Amino acid sequence: MTQTRLAKTQEALNPAALSVPCAPEDKAPDNETLTLEQQRQLRVYLEQGLPLSPRPYQEIAARLNTSEAAVISQINYWQQQSLIRRLGLVVKHRQLGYCANAMVVWDIEDQDVDRIAGQLSARGEVSLCYQRPRRLPHWSYNLFCMIHGKNKEAVLRQIEVLTRELELNHIKKDVLFSYKAFKQQGARYSQRKPGNDRA
Amino acid sequence: MNLSLLQQQLINHWQKDFPLISSPYAQLAKELGSSEAEVLEALKALEQADILSRLGAVFDHKKAGASTLAALMVPEEDLEYVADIVNKFEQVNHNYAREHDYNLWFVVTAADDFILQRVLARIEQLTGLTVLVLPMEKAFHIDLSFQIDFDSKQPLARVN
Repeated sequence: MTQTRLAKTQEALNPAALSVPCAPEDKAPDNETLTLEQQRQLRVYLEQGLPLSPRPYQEIAARLNTSEAAVISQINYWQQQSLIRRLGLVVKHRQLGYCANAMVVWDIEDQDVDRIAGQLSARGEVSLCYQRPRRLPHWSYNLFCMIHGKNKEAVLRQIEVLTRELELNHIKKDVLFSYKAFKQQGARYSQRKPGNDRA
Repeated sequence: MNLSLLQQQLINHWQKDFPLISSPYAQLAKELGSSEAEVLEALKALEQADILSRLGAVFDHKKAGASTLAALMVPEEDLEYVADIVNKFEQVNHNYAREHDYNLWFVVTAADDFILQRVLARIEQLTGLTVLVLPMEKAFHIDLSFQIDFDSKQPLARVN
């Protein structure tokens, strides 16, 4: 696919152009303690990170004008509902020396996806494994795995061993190493304003 | 940065199951044979060094809202320019250059699909490029926390 150099329009450079309309508010989930707005705020705080001070939940409770117990109980409820997948340290792997981050993409017959994905997921070196749609003709891969390592050669060797041991040599695949992180931050689901609020 | 044993333990033990109690840092300190002040100090230093992104919650993609992986095929000389446009959206939380014709890969998460679709449309409009949209159809394995192999012989390099 050939592409011509982009026209760098004034519009694209104008931050106001980045805003898009807001969606209507979600329906209320069951909760007896915090108001919807307090729940929304709490999610923002949890996405931004707990205060690094002795009573973090108390601090958040004070900001929300509620009790520490209500905050803890709400987080506990979300954990039970699996809305929160995990609570803890979110580290930047690159900063810890895990610089070789490979996305391995496979073109697997639909009926074999579950079986092969199961085998790939069981390997310790695979941290994520997802099925995604093909977008033909440009994108024919439907299974994605992430493998993080300290250097590219080691990761390529791991992929080679894994491919051989699982007998996947006949399957078309591609390995996409990242070479620059332009952005890495926690997801901000609770952000209500879809525009760009940093400019 | 050379990580202390305390920092290594914090990283390898507390990527999940952070205590939901009044004084969670005191609890960590107790389990690691340290003091609350030392734990807080260690975490602040990790944050300062940009190793700790945050100590917080990771929400389930599907339950928390809408999200998708997306990619663009960007002429090499325009990569920084386009990455910059994509980055400006608060809904974009990861954005990487990868070695492929599709060379810019990013994740968009939003409160709902309405906002998500508009962000994608806006990125297409502003860049003049077609976005490859690859939402998750099925998750087989998500190991969000991962064991860091702290090898003292290999100094930690700062990247980007």
